[in-house]
Amino acid sequence: MASTKAPKTAPVDADVPIDYRTIERVSGPLLFVRDVERAAYGEIVSIELPNGDRRQGQVLDSRRGLAIVQVFGPTMGMNVHQTSVKFMGEVARLPVSDEMLGRVFNGLGEPRDGGPRIVSEQRLEIVGNAMNPYSREEPSEFIQTGLTNIDVMNTLVRGQKLPIFSGAGLPHNQIAAQIVRQAKLRDSTENFAVIFAAMGITSEEANFFLKEFESTGALERTVVFLNLSSDPSMERIITPRMALTTAEFLAYERDMHILVVLTDMTNYCEALREVAAAREEVPGRRGYPGYMYTDLATLYERAGKIHGRKGSITQLPILTMPADDITHPIPDLTGYITEGQIVASRELQRRGVYPPIDVLTSLSRLMNQGIGKGRTRDDHRGVADQLYASYATGKDQRALSAIVGEEALSSVDRIYLKIAERFETEFVGQRPDEDRTIDESLAIGWDLLSALPEAELKRVKPEFIQKYYKSRPAA
Amino acid sequence: MAGAVARVSGPVVIAEGLTNAKMFDVVRVGELGLVGEIIKLVGETATVQVYEDTTGIRPGDKIETTGQALSVELGPGLLKSIYDGVQRPLDVLQKNLGDFITRGFVAAPLDETKKWEFTATARVGSELTPGTILGTVQETPLILHKIMVPPEVRGTLTALSSGTYTIREKIGTMKGPAGEIPLTLTQRWVVRLPRPVQQKLAPTIPLLTGQRVIDTFFPVAKGGTAAIPGPFGSGKTVTQQQLAKWADSDVVVYVGCGERGNEMTEVLATFPNLVDPKSKRPLMERTILIANTSNMPVAAREASVYTGITIAEYYRDMGYDVALMADSTSRWAEAMREISGRLEEMPGEEGYPAYLGRRVAEFYERAGRVVTLSPDQRTGSVTVVGAVSPPGGDFAEPVSQNTLRVTRVFWALDASLASRRHFPSINWLQSYSLYTGDLEEWYRTGIARDWASLRQRAIQTLQQESELQEIVQLVGVDALPEREKGILDVSRMLREDYLQQSAYDEVDTYTSIQKQYRMLRAILSFGEREQEAIGKGATVGQLQQLPVRQKLSRMKWIPEADLTNSFDQLEAEMTQSVAQLATES
Repeated sequence: MASTKAPKTAPVDADVPIDYRTIERVSGPLLFVRDVERAAYGEIVSIELPNGDRRQGQVLDSRRGLAIVQVFGPTMGMNVHQTSVKFMGEVARLPVSDEMLGRVFNGLGEPRDGGPRIVSEQRLEIVGNAMNPYSREEPSEFIQTGLTNIDVMNTLVRGQKLPIFSGAGLPHNQIAAQIVRQAKLRDSTENFAVIFAAMGITSEEANFFLKEFESTGALERTVVFLNLSSDPSMERIITPRMALTTAEFLAYERDMHILVVLTDMTNYCEALREVAAAREEVPGRRGYPGYMYTDLATLYERAGKIHGRKGSITQLPILTMPADDITHPIPDLTGYITEGQIVASRELQRRGVYPPIDVLTSLSRLMNQGIGKGRTRDDHRGVADQLYASYATGKDQRALSAIVGEEALSSVDRIYLKIAERFETEFVGQRPDEDRTIDESLAIGWDLLSALPEAELKRVKPEFIQKYYKSRPAA
Repeated sequence: MAGAVARVSGPVVIAEGLTNAKMFDVVRVGELGLVGEIIKLVGETATVQVYEDTTGIRPGDKIETTGQALSVELGPGLLKSIYDGVQRPLDVLQKNLGDFITRGFVAAPLDETKKWEFTATARVGSELTPGTILGTVQETPLILHKIMVPPEVRGTLTALSSGTYTIREKIGTMKGPAGEIPLTLTQRWVVRLPRPVQQKLAPTIPLLTGQRVIDTFFPVAKGGTAAIPGPFGSGKTVTQQQLAKWADSDVVVYVGCGERGNEMTEVLATFPNLVDPKSKRPLMERTILIANTSNMPVAAREASVYTGITIAEYYRDMGYDVALMADSTSRWAEAMREISGRLEEMPGEEGYPAYLGRRVAEFYERAGRVVTLSPDQRTGSVTVVGAVSPPGGDFAEPVSQNTLRVTRVFWALDASLASRRHFPSINWLQSYSLYTGDLEEWYRTGIARDWASLRQRAIQTLQQESELQEIVQLVGVDALPEREKGILDVSRMLREDYLQQSAYDEVDTYTSIQKQYRMLRAILSFGEREQEAIGKGATVGQLQQLPVRQKLSRMKWIPEADLTNSFDQLEAEMTQSVAQLATES
């Protein structure tokens, strides 16, 4: 996080900013400004249009006599002669204060709810410095989401970044809303807040979330940054940084536990690509810029916990995979940065299962630190592994039985087939308002596993079989 | 020789007026003195990649060259350190800068105040050649640090005395052709140049890792190279960490290159608590960590693998076996691509620079078991294990392909195994090791005469299984003759009771090579007995019901201390109960 005091990281020229009226070219979201000698890389720019409108921008490339400025907003109405460009001598900053809770801002951090502007001594650089890996604290506190599938199989922990990979038409918003509503630490009611950053989502989706927060009374503990699909796409590059800067302030200076929902990261990446194309950069895969990995990392890596500070930042980014393709650059690069992924499945959706989360492709990389004795329950790891294996086997049997018929399966295989069925309906499936405790969830797991002969339970330690296995009278 | 910034675009800065600048010289940019490196020269215009965020840098800012190429400082105090990609100690950064890394801070790589007990061993008056040991420092209880004459330095030793020194104090002097050379406990080396050696040796000794699938099926030699490509979520990082923990090398260098902060933290949190299985000392006493997470500057990420391998070579030169883990080389290649893109170079495949293949090959070529540059013909080795993260799990992409061309072991991580919770998820049909031939002699004389044939039989069984599975897909298991069901039974035991190994289980996490041999022998001889019994009319179903089967599947939990006894007993019980079943049927 940026220093909270003097802006010592960016040299600021004390002299009054000069107006430049030397725009050479306007190309997409970019302005090419001539005769600028000393624009700083990343400097904020204020642009005044002939009709008096103002826009903000940022220097992307600076050389003697030319600055390339990326405009946050439409370039409509700009012309080369009368538009004036003012270099502000500092990098982008966001005033932060406690007053932000309960407020709705636009993608650039300006009030959208008719309320007053945030006035604060503290203006933080929105491009945060990298957290020293040595200062990080290993995330290990179990967050109970009340969704069996996530809690047992892909456990979320405080300080983790766990994206939802979804597709068009899948209920990722409902899942995210349910997580936000139900997420809690076991036996704890600590200082908790939600930061919601929307990038290019429709007003209907935005309203769904706002209503959701309102109806659960969560709005006072929420900060919303809204960039709708009708808003300028370039703002989207700033929006998540605004949200994360606010999150860092609340987490590390106000000791709050922050859940950041970023949706939809696909739109963010498209905006990045738009800028790269306008600059005529050498494109990487599918036209996305070669630095997209680094760029995404500077967002996602702002999740975490710090030794000696109370607060934490947990991220729940949502992205829609174009054509449900998990190898597309956006989910692919995201998956390499985040600590796992929750994958929504169209197949389960068609089978009428809610939440349609596919266990086999989902993963939580920080799960092991958050589960087990003292955190969830001693048998958690074994149960999760056994369920995974059983479901995978059951799905294989399902494919096989489609060819050879169920009768050709061995008796054990038929049990697996049934388990896969029950796994989807009883274990994964639950009502959108159903909040299961971890013990309830594990009990459902044992209920399923108890259908198997004891010898099949190779991943569970014998002592736990003794304790939890419900032996059935032979049928 | 100060020049001025002419252009700034992301991590790339173009400077004018830098007279006498040389390629790969380190420069300091702007008032903050950001560290950068010259990567292109046209006249007096130099292109610089900057290892720190360039926000706020503007044309006209001063830029100065240090006249020296990017180098690391080598000496006592390296072990137990945690560095960023350009050898800045992260703990020192935290003390001085707080929890977030701000820019322009220079930190000495090694503790300059710590006193080291130096024992001189070289004789004053003797002629010294590169690599001669001047004396020793007990760096940690595990590693005796040998202070060596730097490569390219030779002459007569004129003064040297034992005593306590800091790394900045003079321990003696040498007289060379060009005059007097002061000696200290440290030396510097340019990271992009391999440290010279006398001769490379054949890879005939395995690097034992305690991981069954690796040591038994796909071993890597000391001084060898291995690649672990794997799509995300296939257990790549866990596998590498297991290697770092358990491989029988003297020194471990772990480079976290462009990886997740929280995962690096896991390494930073778990390593100091790990106990070396042989010495029972903390593992950190023989470990150096380099952490340049994905959100840290991209140019420093590019440098991090070179920093790591140079440190590894330095310990090799002392005569140690060093294992270097690079996680992940794809992130390194992407850093190259990103910088190449900023330079507006003509891209090769998928936007990667045309020199990608050369850079990858040069890096892996720095591995090897060698006779070091030394009068006493010391041998040492650097084993390199590089993780590759192919986008979308597609091995056809340039980084994987260029890596596979130069590495000799391939551990193919398989996401479908991972999703079944088969760990380590190394696919036994796709993986290979080209060292098995070189290492056969070692296994034959060191472990057992029948090692190679056991291994071969196990691989064959697994191969047969995959062929039989295709038939099963069509006709179902019940249609197979009993003998083939037996093969499926044994291969399932191989998969579940041998290849699967839990990194999180206290006992199972490490299996000695002796225990591996006994486990493999137990499973295969059960397979033999099984076939015999089937010949006499027993069914696989009956064999699976035998109580000894339970014991076989719990073999992994047999303690190392009680190895021979337990396995002898188990094998006896197995032979007896299968034979009994055979006579009953």
